[in-house]
Amino acid sequence: MDALDLARWQFAITTVYHFLFVPLTISLAFIVAGFQTAWYRSGNEKYLRLTRFYGQLFLINFAMGVVTGIVQEFQFGMNWSNYSRFVGDIFGAPLAIEGLLAFFLESTFLGVWIFGWDKLSKKVHLAVIWITAIATAVSAYIILAANAWMQHPVGSTINQTAGRAELKDFFAVVLNPTVLVTYPHVIAGVFMTGGAFVLGVAVWRLLRRPTEDQAPFRTAARVGASVLLVGSLFVLISGDIVGKSIATDQPMKLAAAEGLYQTEQPASLSLFTLWGADNKEVFSAKIPNLLSFLATGDTNGKVVGIDEMQAQYTATYGAGDYTPSVPVTFWSFRLMIGAGILAAIAALWFLWRLRKNGVPGRGGVAIAILLPFLPLAANSFAWIFTEMGRQPWIVFGQQLTANGVSPSVGSWEVAITLVGFTLLYGALAVVEVGLLRKQIRAGLPPIAASDEAADRPTTFSY
Amino acid sequence: MLHDIWFLLIAVLWIGYFVLEGFDFGLGILLPFLGRTDGERRALINAIGPVWDGNEVWVLVAGGATFAAFPHWYATLFSGFYLALFLILAALIIRGVAFEYRGKRDSAAWRKGWDWAIFFGSAVPALLWGVAFANIVGGVPIDQNKEFTGNLLTLLNPFGLLGGVVTLTLFITHGAAYIALKTEGELRERANKTLVIVGLITAVAAVVFLGWTQLQSMVVGSAVVSVLAAVALLGALAANRLGREGWAFIGTALTIALAVVALFLHLYPNVMPSSTNAAYSLTISNASSTDYTLTIMTVVAVIFTPLVLLYQGWTYWIFRKRISSDRIPDVSKLATPPAAS
Ligand code: HDD
Ligand code: HEM
Ligand code: HEM
Repeated sequence: MDALDLARWQFAITTVYHFLFVPLTISLAFIVAGFQTAWYRSGNEKYLRLTRFYGQLFLINFAMGVVTGIVQEFQFGMNWSNYSRFVGDIFGAPLAIEGLLAFFLESTFLGVWIFGWDKLSKKVHLAVIWITAIATAVSAYIILAANAWMQHPVGSTINQTAGRAELKDFFAVVLNPTVLVTYPHVIAGVFMTGGAFVLGVAVWRLLRRPTEDQAPFRTAARVGASVLLVGSLFVLISGDIVGKSIATDQPMKLAAAEGLYQTEQPASLSLFTLWGADNKEVFSAKIPNLLSFLATGDTNGKVVGIDEMQAQYTATYGAGDYTPSVPVTFWSFRLMIGAGILAAIAALWFLWRLRKNGVPGRGGVAIAILLPFLPLAANSFAWIFTEMGRQPWIVFGQQLTANGVSPSVGSWEVAITLVGFTLLYGALAVVEVGLLRKQIRAGLPPIAASDEAADRPTTFSY
Repeated sequence: MLHDIWFLLIAVLWIGYFVLEGFDFGLGILLPFLGRTDGERRALINAIGPVWDGNEVWVLVAGGATFAAFPHWYATLFSGFYLALFLILAALIIRGVAFEYRGKRDSAAWRKGWDWAIFFGSAVPALLWGVAFANIVGGVPIDQNKEFTGNLLTLLNPFGLLGGVVTLTLFITHGAAYIALKTEGELRERANKTLVIVGLITAVAAVVFLGWTQLQSMVVGSAVVSVLAAVALLGALAANRLGREGWAFIGTALTIALAVVALFLHLYPNVMPSSTNAAYSLTISNASSTDYTLTIMTVVAVIFTPLVLLYQGWTYWIFRKRISSDRIPDVSKLATPPAAS
């Protein structure tokens, strides 16, 4: 493998890994803030204990989100220096602003939240977790705006003499129509993840520790299931809008996602397709007119195929292969949707079984354990789809991925860091999962009388 | 003009980073040596617990701001100092999780492992940032395409290594000053003793390093500030002898800030001088973004930087009380909350 392939693998591995923790961080911050608000309002100790229990899990996860994020910040310069030179004028600003606006807030206030239980009034302490939660959501918006610019560059022009893209309209970049549609979708997916996690953990406790804390975990299960279901609904609605937006802005990505080589009108949606040699369809199960409807809102709309787009891009950008990997985009798109739907079904089933003090039957434990991994997988497949569907471009229509890589970094150097990060990440994953399991098994922390004493130990201290 | 402002702001961000993270690097390095019992080590870690993550964000913003304001600087530096940066990142990763995970299991071996993770996770960046900065200022091989043409060994020259020793010892001194200020009893005494010993070593290394920098090419402003940095360090040592812990900490903080100022003054108007050919050097004008981008960034920075300083200042105020090891809860209680009935 050459340095380019290695750098691509490294980017994919480190980013997908970062995005395993991101959805849990954002959503758990809000859910924990919700529990703490319920405690503040009602004074019911149940909510305080839930705040602390899920708060611990949130912190274990947050640590990984932070340390994997640091790598993200630097690897543009490390592995993608030509890309950085090309986009710095536009792309650097959101990155810097994200740090100044969001990362400072979230890390500073989280520190205050962890150590401030006995130092702040209840009200200020509650405000602190909300500030943290909002900061994570702001950070997500800014970084998605940066990513949206790579998918759909707006507010900028190319300066041929300087050999780079230059910013012309900052607000056009921040309000890129692409980020306006992807942000709600990503956030909905994020809440599905947190909801599934809270629900899965609660059901596991209900089934495996039936003598302990049933009431709080019933509450938690309902909260988790509701968040997951509402999230699913929004994912569906926003996903449909995202699909229409890529039909106009990135038609090649849509065509690849559907494995649609020939332009069709009306176009049918393929549920399942296998290709043989020469991209010939071997088998396909299709629903007529559905793709037309999803892409254009009209059951008889025209959907442009890969071959036509390829010809069009060759005419515009010169000879080259402008088709992303069809099997990868096709399957990652379906796996995103499939995993999300399965998670929603599981939530409905749990809600049904939990009504009137019931408990989910046999198999409940396995599903509870599996559940959080479904939206996590959906998120990963979604990013693989989004980013692979943009190939061969790193900045759509402006820079090829192959031209973005660092010329001064040798393949063996990339190989060292690729292996290094992968091993480190693998080891930390084992540690993190072990700690989560341990905390989940330990259950709700008691609220001891000494906790209220003047010099009580800090709840979450290291 | 805008280029100068951004050169200045990036210097400010690195000052913020080294002054703040400097003491928690120093504390992390001293952890296995000053903390003799588990309670003491926990007291040390909790002394930076609420703030270390906020301190670390300074480097993220410094990196992001460099990307935004001087994309070529960001690109050449980060792809050029590739393996050194990898080591720094790996160290920061291990260190970050170590703080959070150390107290989460009640096992001596587990905690000991994380203690050493904190030690190495602090020592490696403390050393390598100095190596990196010494090389930036001293100049590295850069060709006409703004690409670095050396390798990891290029960076490990005597001047670079001395730069590393300076930051390493300076951060340890700064960390000792912080511990003296934030703890009680024996920890505090040990920290005060350490401060003198390491402080004297630092003074020698720093004077040689800053003098060597000026010998390479004399920049008057930078030379003056270097002398001030040395004075601040001696002031810190004097304050320590007089038992004025607050002043000692201010002294080490000032030393770090002035040393960074001296290096940036020496650099200006270059951002990365080329040792291959001075014509290939990256400068504040040939490495920078457009004026439009810099203007936007200036507006954002002017509004938000004071805000950040304000709320970070507030956190130091909330957690201003000294920490003693006997007020730290037993780790076993934290690690396994007994199940309530
Ligand atoms: C949709 C959300 C999202 C996406 C796509 C990304 N991140 Fe992220 N990132 C977050 C949402 C987030 C967060 C929720 O704000 C995190 C997760 C855990 C945390 O501490 O904050 C975070 C942490 C985090 C940190 C550590 C912040 C700290 O110390 O507090 C950095 C430096 C980055 N990220 C940088 C990046 C970069 C350069 C990305 C692009 C490749 C990226 N993230 C993708
Ligand atoms: C929002 C911020 C993001 C930015 C700025 C960004 C930027 C990039 C860049 C520069 C590349 C090119 C490198 C390459 O081709 O490998 C890339 C590829 C990739 N990214 Fe993203 N990305 C972002 C978010 C994500 C997230 C959150 C994920 C997954 C969880 C992700 C998954 C991928 C994958 C799988 C590739 C590899 C595609 C390929 O190489 O063919 N990205 N992205
Ligand atoms: C009904 C189901 C869904 C539909 C129709 C749908 C649609 C889409 C489309 C068309 C894209 C591509 C956007 C682009 O390339 O710019 C996308 C991206 C994405 N989807 Fe979905 N999706 C669905 C379910 C999910 C689920 C269940 C999750 C996660 C739990 C999820 C998370 C994401 C993420 C994180 C991205 C990448 C974000 C981005 O494009 O900026 N999606 N989705």
